[in-house]
Amino acid sequence: MNEVTRDIVLRRHMEGPIVSPIVHVCIRGLVPFIQIVGLYVYFHGHYSPGGGFQGGVLMAASIILLRMSLGLADSQAVMPNRLPIPLAAVGALIYAGTGLFAMVAGGSYLDYGFLPIPGLEPAMLRNLGILMIELGVTLCVMSTIISIYDNLLGS
Amino acid sequence: MLPWLIEIILFTVLIVAALVALGLRNLLAAVVTLSIFSFMSASIMVKLGAIDVAFTEAVVGAGAVGVINILAILLTSRKSAD
Repeated sequence: MNEVTRDIVLRRHMEGPIVSPIVHVCIRGLVPFIQIVGLYVYFHGHYSPGGGFQGGVLMAASIILLRMSLGLADSQAVMPNRLPIPLAAVGALIYAGTGLFAMVAGGSYLDYGFLPIPGLEPAMLRNLGILMIELGVTLCVMSTIISIYDNLLGS
Repeated sequence: MLPWLIEIILFTVLIVAALVALGLRNLLAAVVTLSIFSFMSASIMVKLGAIDVAFTEAVVGAGAVGVINILAILLTSRKSAD
């Protein structure tokens, strides 16, 4: 494939949507279910197999599916192009911040039992802490994979 | 019914998928075959009792790696040179 054809392929992929109505209808039906499964995997990560990483990859897969089928321009409404890198930073910050918060409150790093939230017994506190950690991991993994995709397309 | 029959079947499909993916000239078909390989490996891990590892393998191997391979094909060429 020479340079010109490659540019045409890339431009068509980034800007123009795929015109097949079958693909459109399938993607529109599929993406919300993938995102619901991703959220389920995240929220049930500490009861059942799953967790932050798998949930994040599922969410990223749904958005990459949108990017591949609708094109980069039409999928900006779901996940803008500039958002993934700051979201990854926020995710890492949530992870590290939860750990440091517990450390400041008297425990060791990531010791959720010491989180200074009043009115909660230690078991609930640990539940909340692991949810915060998983939230950070989910955000970080999701936005990193989306930004790898965007970066490979040169945008 | 033999207890290890299902593992034999899964391993056979796994090895056949890996060999086919190595031999294919059409790289898009090779990516699809690699997805089959990944799914079979996830099934073997379910059979071995490691549900969490199997989940990760299925999500990453069939989802993320497949997409990135397809992108690499889109950026380079569709056919294998050698």
